[in-house]
Amino acid sequence: MIRVQREDFDLGAELAALTAGNPKVGGLAVFVGLVRDLSGSSEIGAMTLEHYPGMTERMLEEIEAEAQERWPLEASLVVHRYGRLEPGDQIVLVATASAHREAAFEACQFLIDWLKTKAPFWKLEETAQGSRWVEARDSDDRAAARWTASKPEAAE
Amino acid sequence: MKLLYFAWLKTRTGVGEEEVSPPSEVTTVRDLLDWIRSRGGGYAEALSDLSVIKVAINQEFARPDDPVSPGDEVALFPPVTGG
Repeated sequence: MIRVQREDFDLGAELAALTAGNPKVGGLAVFVGLVRDLSGSSEIGAMTLEHYPGMTERMLEEIEAEAQERWPLEASLVVHRYGRLEPGDQIVLVATASAHREAAFEACQFLIDWLKTKAPFWKLEETAQGSRWVEARDSDDRAAARWTASKPEAAE
Repeated sequence: MKLLYFAWLKTRTGVGEEEVSPPSEVTTVRDLLDWIRSRGGGYAEALSDLSVIKVAINQEFARPDDPVSPGDEVALFPPVTGG
């Protein structure tokens, strides 16, 4: 399941709902992205996440379907926020549930790596020097590319 | 054709969304970007470096040689920075 929303999410409630009633789940891997207070050497007062409604949901669904195809997942969840956020706020939740931990860990990392390079979100940081759009990082491209180079053996 | 601009492309063009009718010789993404740039002003500034611009046609990532049609929704944006 994927969701794009302005409001915050309750981590405990989300995870409980994801695995409720499914005793086949033996492992649940979770990644939560938070707003940092520092970007390079600049202090961040807040950031605003803009996105492309429609395409965002479509890309997240495609990425999730790819994870479901590659790993034997019992359940998966991606929640991504948009709008104005402050340091410490939750931005994104990726959770993957599987019978065993390997598939859960790998699928979770795959989802966040691909999301960072394929889902149409953009961060505008507010600093004392003014607002500026965050630039994409080569390290994110490399992190996403490694999942293209080799498909995991955990996949059926 | 509907054009959408996001992040600093919106700031620099001064436009978030617009309806356009490019000339009939505009048949690919590359043609379309050249045509938008030829409109000058904020468009020329925003599209001065095409290597940092991503394009989506009808909400799917597109390449320079992909075809564009009058009924398409075409979005221009910088490399994504979510997550």
